Amino acid sequence: MLNMHNTPAGKVFDVFNIMILGFIGLVTVLPFLYILAGSFATEAELTRRSFFIIPETFSLEAYKYIFSTDTFFRSILVSIYVTVVGTLICLIFTFTMAYPLSRKKLMGRNVILNLVLFSMLFSGGMIPTYLVVKGLGLLDTLWAVMLPMAINPFFLIIVKNFFQELPIELEESAKIDGCSEFSVFWRIFLPLSKPVIATFALFYAVLLWNDFFAALLYINDSSKWPVQLLLQQVIILSQMAIGDASQMGAEYIEPPEQSLKFAVIIVATVPILIIYPFLQKHFAKGILIGSVKG
Amino acid sequence: MAKPEYALKNQAKHQVQPLTKYQRLKRDKWLYLMLIPGLAYFLIFKYTPMWGVLIAFKDYSPFLGFWDSPWVGMDHFRNFFQNPDFFRLLRNTLYLAVLDLVFFFPAPIILALMLNELRFTFYKRTIQTLIYVPHFMSWVIVASMTYLFFTAGSGAINMLVENVTGKQINFLSAPEWFRPLIMLQIIWKETGWGTVIFLAALAGVSQEQYEAAIVDGAGRLRRLWHVTLPAIRSTIIILLILRLGNFLDTGFQQIFLMTNSLNREVADVFDTYVYFVGITQGAYSYSTAVGLFKAVVGIILILGANKLAKKMGQNGIF
Repeated sequence: MLNMHNTPAGKVFDVFNIMILGFIGLVTVLPFLYILAGSFATEAELTRRSFFIIPETFSLEAYKYIFSTDTFFRSILVSIYVTVVGTLICLIFTFTMAYPLSRKKLMGRNVILNLVLFSMLFSGGMIPTYLVVKGLGLLDTLWAVMLPMAINPFFLIIVKNFFQELPIELEESAKIDGCSEFSVFWRIFLPLSKPVIATFALFYAVLLWNDFFAALLYINDSSKWPVQLLLQQVIILSQMAIGDASQMGAEYIEPPEQSLKFAVIIVATVPILIIYPFLQKHFAKGILIGSVKG
Repeated sequence: MAKPEYALKNQAKHQVQPLTKYQRLKRDKWLYLMLIPGLAYFLIFKYTPMWGVLIAFKDYSPFLGFWDSPWVGMDHFRNFFQNPDFFRLLRNTLYLAVLDLVFFFPAPIILALMLNELRFTFYKRTIQTLIYVPHFMSWVIVASMTYLFFTAGSGAINMLVENVTGKQINFLSAPEWFRPLIMLQIIWKETGWGTVIFLAALAGVSQEQYEAAIVDGAGRLRRLWHVTLPAIRSTIIILLILRLGNFLDTGFQQIFLMTNSLNREVADVFDTYVYFVGITQGAYSYSTAVGLFKAVVGIILILGANKLAKKMGQNGIF
């Protein structure tokens, strides 16, 4: 290694570079740390102090409220359901379609690939899609959130390219041993694509967990709202009282208005933050695998 | 496509007939079976809506249905172009798209170049892990955090502003703050993630080139200018084409979430207009026409940008 960094000017540059990048890293996470601190703070502290990352008094009121009300707790369950079932559907649809499209001998392959590419350039748009979902009778069901995003065309192409890169001999030898096309896919190719499956499971799960717009469009029944849509209603539209009527009768708990908002953000973010480190080592590789050769 | 069969035919002593279409269908029956769910998905959720854009040329009424609603030709388009909303939407969309290109597009490139100069692997990894995180948060969360930070009264940033200047600013409802907030959000959320692809390109630059440059007496800036930047030029251009192709796609969810009745004058863009006029006011045909106009301009832009790149001697994306 040549000493390309050791000139005085180079050293000054290095110091500045390290400091600036450290600052950028801090700016990225500080807002989140404040929200975390705020979710454990009392109402009084939130209206008095401007910015803090350690609350003076530690309070669990907001979380107690979230998990004691139907509204919030149910929306968390809805989100979990949509994410788990939806990710499974997305993976099945994407991988079963990507595999045949990766086989060059398949008649009609190019026609289908062009159909997929065209759908990336042009789409019917919001209203015609809405009318299709409505026409299928999916309005107010969770299928309306999961099915319209079952295949992401970009992901499909990347998975197809990945299958295409695997050596063709694998397929041929399995065939000689008497495997059908399906068992070649199931027993040979799928086990080899675990990192790719993990990557796209994460990507689909993030899309599904983070979705609020499909729910806003297709789901009027507030008992089926995922947590992201509830968040939009509570914070951005400031509608605190959604569905609270059901609570009125028995023991109505006064919501801790400020810290509740902080806590909902945390609840809606943490699941993603928990799986992120486990999959981080896969995804950079996962994206690049398929996209190197077009 | 049928290479193996033909190769066999030429070599074999006895003639091997290439498979007929029927035989190939039969041989690949499992593959075709596997295609069914995916094809059904594309036909139902992508191609039926494309067919559905025909309601832009009809007066769609939910009671009459798609087939029986009367044709009206280009009326909805004419109405849209004559509507004063049209220029407001065009101005707002272009404004945001240009700001995006000037402030957001270069940000990941600069950040990747800075990260690339770091020698401490552990420090580099840590920073990377931190700056990727916001990408995985939803726009609802980003918008919610923005509300909590900037809201008048108890917002943390507004309290800081009050401490310094003595009074608070209505960030969320003042039209002049709408665009800066949108830029701030997207830079915070996506810049880190945007570095992934540039860092991969930078990792591909050979060390010998740097060593050769050093031997020739090139300083740090010269190495950046003559070695590093040319090495990632094609990546930058491809991403620029993609960006130009989506020029009119101002982040829909982001803008939708930041729009309120007070900043609507600068916030309304084509996408949000389609939602407000179409879904909330029920003008299905008119808003489909707006959406179709935007989609067609979008296709022209992406094909144009691609052609331009090829003319300039770069690889396009098609």
